[in-house]
Amino acid sequence: MTEIILAGLGQTDVGEHWDISLRDLAFLAIESAIKDAGGLKPQALYVGNMLAPNLSRQAHLGALLADFAGLTGIEAVTVEAAGASGGAALRQGYLAVKSGLVDVALIVGVEKMTDVVGAGVEEALATAADSDFESVQGLTPTAQAALLMQRYMHEYRVPADGFAGFALTAHANGAGNPHAMFRKAIKPETYAKAEPLTPPLNMFDAAPNADGAAALVLTRRELLPSDWPHPLVKILASATASDTLALHDRKDPLFFEAAHLATGRAIKQAGITLDQVDFFEYHDAYSIYAALALESSGFAIRGHGWKMAADGRISLTGNLPCATMGGLKARGFAGGATGVYQAVEAATQLRGQAEACQVTRARVGMIQSLGGPASTAVVHILEKLD
Amino acid sequence: MEIPRHWRLKKQRYALMGEVCPHCDAKIFPPRDVCPECHHEAKELFQFSGKGEIYSYTTIYEAPSGFDSNAPYTVALIKLNEGPMLTAQLTDVDASQVQIGMPVEMVTRKMRDDGDERGMIVYGYKFKPRA
Repeated sequence: MTEIILAGLGQTDVGEHWDISLRDLAFLAIESAIKDAGGLKPQALYVGNMLAPNLSRQAHLGALLADFAGLTGIEAVTVEAAGASGGAALRQGYLAVKSGLVDVALIVGVEKMTDVVGAGVEEALATAADSDFESVQGLTPTAQAALLMQRYMHEYRVPADGFAGFALTAHANGAGNPHAMFRKAIKPETYAKAEPLTPPLNMFDAAPNADGAAALVLTRRELLPSDWPHPLVKILASATASDTLALHDRKDPLFFEAAHLATGRAIKQAGITLDQVDFFEYHDAYSIYAALALESSGFAIRGHGWKMAADGRISLTGNLPCATMGGLKARGFAGGATGVYQAVEAATQLRGQAEACQVTRARVGMIQSLGGPASTAVVHILEKLD
Repeated sequence: MEIPRHWRLKKQRYALMGEVCPHCDAKIFPPRDVCPECHHEAKELFQFSGKGEIYSYTTIYEAPSGFDSNAPYTVALIKLNEGPMLTAQLTDVDASQVQIGMPVEMVTRKMRDDGDERGMIVYGYKFKPRA
């Protein structure tokens, strides 16, 4: 069977990079991934990006980033699926290499959130929702999450600080990740005292928008150079699914159907069961999304996802460590780069190089990249080989 | 700004014009020509009553461009009496009085403007409490 190996990993720090342009940020990640890959030459570039045409007035990133990485001539395109763009780009790279048509694929996720400040960023983010029937009402992605959180708390009688465990876990783990935007643990009182941002959601229920780029090199196992230096990590499964774009078009808004479908397909493809997953990188753009991801993916029964965080079951030493390098909440939400960050972080865990964030005896990691309220869900399962 | 894309939705924005599926009688809003229930063609027009109740709600303080002069404002998911759900701002109500399950009805209000740029004002549906 063809084994697809994560041969090179690269990432920039996540934060406010006022002095680094979109193309330079992407190049920093590409440069370190190619170096990490030990001389493999990419034949194709898949860019995961969500907002560059809007925030940086720059489309056509495939040609631009290939050019500025000294790779002019290779196949190069952008893959867009809102916040799931990075996961979707990784899947395109996987399909290309798995098919045999491409030997070495480079995937870069990049987002420049800080080229615009204020209301313009909210407007750009809102383009990922239904423009004619959601965004026109002034709805934002944060408000979508707040609508779900309000209903969830109502239906399941969740206490006011019920979601605190997600932010506490993320910040505790982010403290050990040198690339994370926030590297400081927070106390339960800090969460409890936070002002509501978009009620009932407070600032600790939402991941911070940030700049960042992450890159991966994929190849087939037999094409690795003989002196390639890293522990082997392969893509065991890759799957994706879609749901209605608009939240109001769902019969059951409190269940992420696309996350359910993509996870089910990936688990089947991998030939494993959910309890063989050693850690889970969920898409905690909002703490309610983390809870719904745990439930929709099958790790928790409905209405109980928040309890996994409250009871410490998702901490590094819990039975299902989540957001092991800080997740979106503490690492920062770099839009379309997110899915690639998740893959780089999960591969780092499986290589055993996560240092302070290391999950002991990790062999199988699952990453889930969501676009909007899981209108797109992309799931990859990674496995450490002996 | 974008006159055609608002103009062509005038029946939905001013009159909640949706569709009814001739095969399974599902009421559809927004109109989409393919029934979300039975996946058959559904192009018959159907006007909604504009009555419904609140499924969920929140208040937006950090608004996108075009809405900032109106902030803070409350948006809700509204379950229409005929079945479908839609997203709309609430109006003529104090945000602290809003509750899940509250009965509401459609009214026509100003949705957004372009500031001083070109002077276009978009009108459409919002919802207010009903007795």
